[in-house]
Amino acid sequence: MNQSLSLSSLLPLELEQVSFSHRGQTLLHAIDLRLGPRGKTIVMGPNGAGKSLLMRLCHGLLQPTSGTIRWAGKPQASRQEIRRRQAMVFQRPIMLRRSVLANVCYALAVHGVSWRQRNALAMQALEHMGLAALAQRPARVLSGGEQQRLALARAWALRPDILFLDEPTSALDPAATKAVEDAIEEFHRAGTRIVMSTHDLGQARRLADEVVFMCGGRLLEQTPAERFFEAPASLEAAAFVRGELIW
Amino acid sequence: MYDNSPWAAFELIARMDPVLISIVALSLKVSLSAVAIATLIGLPIGAAVALWRFPGRSLLIVILNAFMGLPPVVVGLAVYLLLSRAGPLGKYGLLFTPTAMIIAQFVLVLPIIAALARQVIEDLWQEYREQLGSLGVTRRRAIPTLLWDARFSLLTVVLAGFGRASAEVGAVLIVGGNIDGITRVMTTAIALETNKGNLALAMGLGVILLSLVALINAAAYLISETSRRRLG
Amino acid sequence: MRFLRRALGGLILSLGLATTAWAQAPFITVASTTSTEQSGLFAHILPKFKEATGIEVRVVAVGTGQAFAIARRGDADILLVHDTAGEEKFIAEGYGIARTDVMYNDFVLIGPKSDPAKVAEAESITDALQRIAKAQVPFASRGDDSGTHRTELRMWELAGIKPGGSWYRELGSGMGPTLNTAAAMDAYVLADRATWIAFDNRQNLEILFEGDKALFNQYGSVLINPERHPHLKHDLAKKWHDWLISSNGQEAIASYKLRGQQLFFPNAE
Repeated sequence: MNQSLSLSSLLPLELEQVSFSHRGQTLLHAIDLRLGPRGKTIVMGPNGAGKSLLMRLCHGLLQPTSGTIRWAGKPQASRQEIRRRQAMVFQRPIMLRRSVLANVCYALAVHGVSWRQRNALAMQALEHMGLAALAQRPARVLSGGEQQRLALARAWALRPDILFLDEPTSALDPAATKAVEDAIEEFHRAGTRIVMSTHDLGQARRLADEVVFMCGGRLLEQTPAERFFEAPASLEAAAFVRGELIW
Repeated sequence: MYDNSPWAAFELIARMDPVLISIVALSLKVSLSAVAIATLIGLPIGAAVALWRFPGRSLLIVILNAFMGLPPVVVGLAVYLLLSRAGPLGKYGLLFTPTAMIIAQFVLVLPIIAALARQVIEDLWQEYREQLGSLGVTRRRAIPTLLWDARFSLLTVVLAGFGRASAEVGAVLIVGGNIDGITRVMTTAIALETNKGNLALAMGLGVILLSLVALINAAAYLISETSRRRLG
Repeated sequence: MRFLRRALGGLILSLGLATTAWAQAPFITVASTTSTEQSGLFAHILPKFKEATGIEVRVVAVGTGQAFAIARRGDADILLVHDTAGEEKFIAEGYGIARTDVMYNDFVLIGPKSDPAKVAEAESITDALQRIAKAQVPFASRGDDSGTHRTELRMWELAGIKPGGSWYRELGSGMGPTLNTAAAMDAYVLADRATWIAFDNRQNLEILFEGDKALFNQYGSVLINPERHPHLKHDLAKKWHDWLISSNGQEAIASYKLRGQQLFFPNAE
């Protein structure tokens, strides 16, 4: 549900033979991936598998060394246009040195929302995430969980087509984690495509519609959730689900 | 100026001696103006160098850093040669005026503000880069955002610039000429009294200058602390 | 953010206003020397000149060498220095068009009360300096290409001595600091009488030799060549020049006293 001019969706997102190298080292090897228009995709794998890299490539923060990334059949041309209809939440939220409300207003301002509408839309987003009471607080004094919810509120205000989340709860306590997972469900219900990385198996089981499994810079499988946890296709995924250390 | 006892300087304050007041006022006007203009120009320059990669960037950074240590007397001489009637900008007749002093101090302070701002903004950019990129903030759009978010550190940068301006004597002496009533500031007055042998009076003036600068710093600190406590 | 913008605007506006405010009365820039300014003469005579003509005088007081440099570059409307030979050279080179004697003050030879070189018994300044060189006692020189320094060097030349060696200390300083150093070192030093009268840190020093005509320090006012620097305020500068040598100006100079003593002796023709 986006408010930009064109009504056609950004999705499906297609990665074709995408590789990424840095300083001579190949970190992602020939990734082929297709993300359809609906659902919650969880990207799983051990640390160092390349999950964060994959998300950043999809979001456009990094450029692939080779291969193509296509949104809705068009190559990644107008980066600004595409960027505006996505949002990303990082492991550690980055908030500006201003109030909670001002942080959301800033994101809206960057997206070209007139200053008359900003406040109202921002308050709406805060209310949706249960942060309205904290609107005038300095954003930086909030707890980790509250800041992460603020990051989600900021993303909510932008009404993105797709929301990337890079291990959003790994630094949070269980209560805060629950709040974040609930917020993710809100996004999903509103129609936003969810792509989230995690190494928490329990969280994956709770949230996933499909699982993309990565190991050693390769994409090993993309499987619907129920099947993945019962009978993963790759050996590494099976070991991972059993709780073994793999790399 | 007159009597050379250790208390002479403080007596001058106590009775609000008009000559002393005008010297203090001119000192503040020259240094604050120079710092204000250097801040307006130096902050965006520092931010731009922090954010963009371009050929010669490393060299520019080294130059900016090195120029933080520009000797005031050398700057004074250079600006004098520029503004002198025999020089390229002579036709404006700016020599031996407060404007010339502001120009000279601006040259001294600009590298300090630009170089330090560059470091501050570059550190902040490392932290903010991905999030701002995700929101679709271009580098150009990021400059005011980063400058504002770094405002407490940048205030210290500006104060460093002000410290340099209010403390120097070499530049303003040459381009101002230390003309009684026109271009005499605290530092050149102190130099004059020292030169005349009135050491106690000179020291007293020095204490006044220090107190003034300390007061300004205290005020800035108070403002920033209350602000920081309110906004985190 | 808005507050910052308004504050900045106000600052720039007031800076603009302030810099235009001070340049309304007619004024001239006189290049003169530090010792002249420090004697307090200008504070005494400038108000009288302003009253008589309405012209404000801005004195840039630097070392004699720098004064000539400033005048050569056209940064001063007129010169008032005490280096006749230098002034004549300045005119010969085409930078100035005329000079006039205005006043003189004198130099005195100062040294420690104990007077190890027996300078007090000297018959002339050259005799005194020869005694110092022979005794190799500490001598503090200004060493800064000022009028005083140039006079000192001329005296050594007259005495046939090239000063050097560990007893001859070149300080590169103004008169005040040089006297301070001399007092600390118990050294001999050549100083202008005005600075000595105002000097408080005498310690063991006192005047040991004075009165030789060679020690008279002649001041000259030098008019700048209008062809060289047409932009200068030659007419206003001429008024100052004429006033200095007029009876009013000469009287004003003579009436200046420091601690009860006259410092400058008008001698315009």
